[in-house]
Amino acid sequence: MIDLSLLPDGGMAWLEASGPGNHLVVSTRVRLARNLQRHRFTARNEPPERDAILGEVERAAAETRGLGHAVRFRVDRLDLLDRQLLHERHLISRELAAPEPAARARPGSGLLVQDHASVMVNEEDHLRLQSLQSGFALEAAWELVAGLDAELGQRLAFAFHPEFGYLTSCPTNVGTGLRASVLVHLPGLVLTKEINKILQALTQVGLTFRGLYGEGSEVVGNLFQLSNQTTLGKSERELLEQLGKLVRQVLEHEERARQILLRDATAILEDKVWRAYGLLRYARTLSFEETMNLLSGVRLGVGLGLIPNVGMYTLNKLLVFTQPAHLAAAQGRELAEDEVPVRRAAYVRRILEEEVGRRGPSAGTLPT
Amino acid sequence: MKCSNCGEREGVVSLTTIVEGDVRTSSLCAKCAEEKGIETGVGVADTPLGGFLAALGEADAPLAAALETRCSGCGATLRDFRETGRVGCAECYQSFDAPLRELLRRLHGSTHHTGKRYSGVQAVQSLPPPANLRELREQLRRAIEAEQFELAAELRDRLRAEE
Repeated sequence: MIDLSLLPDGGMAWLEASGPGNHLVVSTRVRLARNLQRHRFTARNEPPERDAILGEVERAAAETRGLGHAVRFRVDRLDLLDRQLLHERHLISRELAAPEPAARARPGSGLLVQDHASVMVNEEDHLRLQSLQSGFALEAAWELVAGLDAELGQRLAFAFHPEFGYLTSCPTNVGTGLRASVLVHLPGLVLTKEINKILQALTQVGLTFRGLYGEGSEVVGNLFQLSNQTTLGKSERELLEQLGKLVRQVLEHEERARQILLRDATAILEDKVWRAYGLLRYARTLSFEETMNLLSGVRLGVGLGLIPNVGMYTLNKLLVFTQPAHLAAAQGRELAEDEVPVRRAAYVRRILEEEVGRRGPSAGTLPT
Repeated sequence: MKCSNCGEREGVVSLTTIVEGDVRTSSLCAKCAEEKGIETGVGVADTPLGGFLAALGEADAPLAAALETRCSGCGATLRDFRETGRVGCAECYQSFDAPLRELLRRLHGSTHHTGKRYSGVQAVQSLPPPANLRELREQLRRAIEAEQFELAAELRDRLRAEE
């Protein structure tokens, strides 16, 4: 098993809930897709060429400030559990984790991590530079990634077209190669059934939404990843500003929905968040989906000041550490399928007990 | 990404369902979507990449003849692109300029990158760009005359390397 403690904060500083707007926003991610001019793209190259690409990227990265001290992983040489751990920590994509039992890790795939920044090598594109930040922090994430891009671009010849901009494997990323996404928690809009309307409106203005684990992942626990849909025709600044503006509007709607629920459905809301807390605190088996939904309830309760003494950091940590590979890693072995829900429930009980003590918080009084 | 129903074919329709406020997204291939009674004709056309790729296969489409043209850079054909949705190399964007330009326009509403411009690989060291030998010797002579010995030493080293 790999030693993830080598990573600064285990690669999870984004969980610390220190960022702006952290009662509504879990994290912000900005990524840039880049390819090397002289090499065939991932769909058409073979393992020796991928090794060459990984070598070039590692040599260039070693000379930079942004990645000069990066922890490096040969993802293709990690076993399945380790790849899943990195995926559950949002450090590698599902594509690189190749979680299906039959799937092999992609030859030549690599990962470099330093502080809040990382680079996936030989993913769909040769390079995927990304920064993951706690809370609503588009500016900080962008600055970091833009700095990496500038440093690497001086040393590696990127594929760039005078009219189309940065060239990528999939035409959906051409231009800036930029995808910015903000992971927001919207239980208020879901409970008031406004979410559908909001999401429809967002897709009409060029935004898209996904689940906790990005493209193709389902929305669980009322966590939505809002991101820009297009990458060409607008500058990086314009894309970030538009996303930021729209996310702020969504958050205002969410705040309003929560206040309406608190005002008009006080008892129901209180009951809902405390039931969620009770189940997490005492259940003996928990599925992943149920855990996510209950965590959403508790998160809402904490955000509204209904449940005291539970920190957002703890709730964020539970999002990651209740997932299969993390539960297995905690036991130091693979878990049988029917063992996972039991281990998950035990883990959640332990963490909540550590957080609030044996007796737990008493019902908070409603803010009047 | 693969179809979330059969797990075999490439998903072409993004399906969002909302059941009692629970929002889920999944991706379906054309066949599974049809089996589930989702109007794929509309659905596929709704996703620009899916609709475009499907149109590339239509016999009467003017592009069908170009399906077998090879990219001069990587040897990929437009047919390969239709099957994978991924281009093979940077040159593909020149080899298949017309269809890709049209696709970019449909996907992004524009083909003009207005963001950061890439300025290419730059000499990271602070030395001026290499000049020819005569110019270097001339610079060295002037540096010695001006008693700029540090610069002179640097120029001497470069001259040796060039020679």
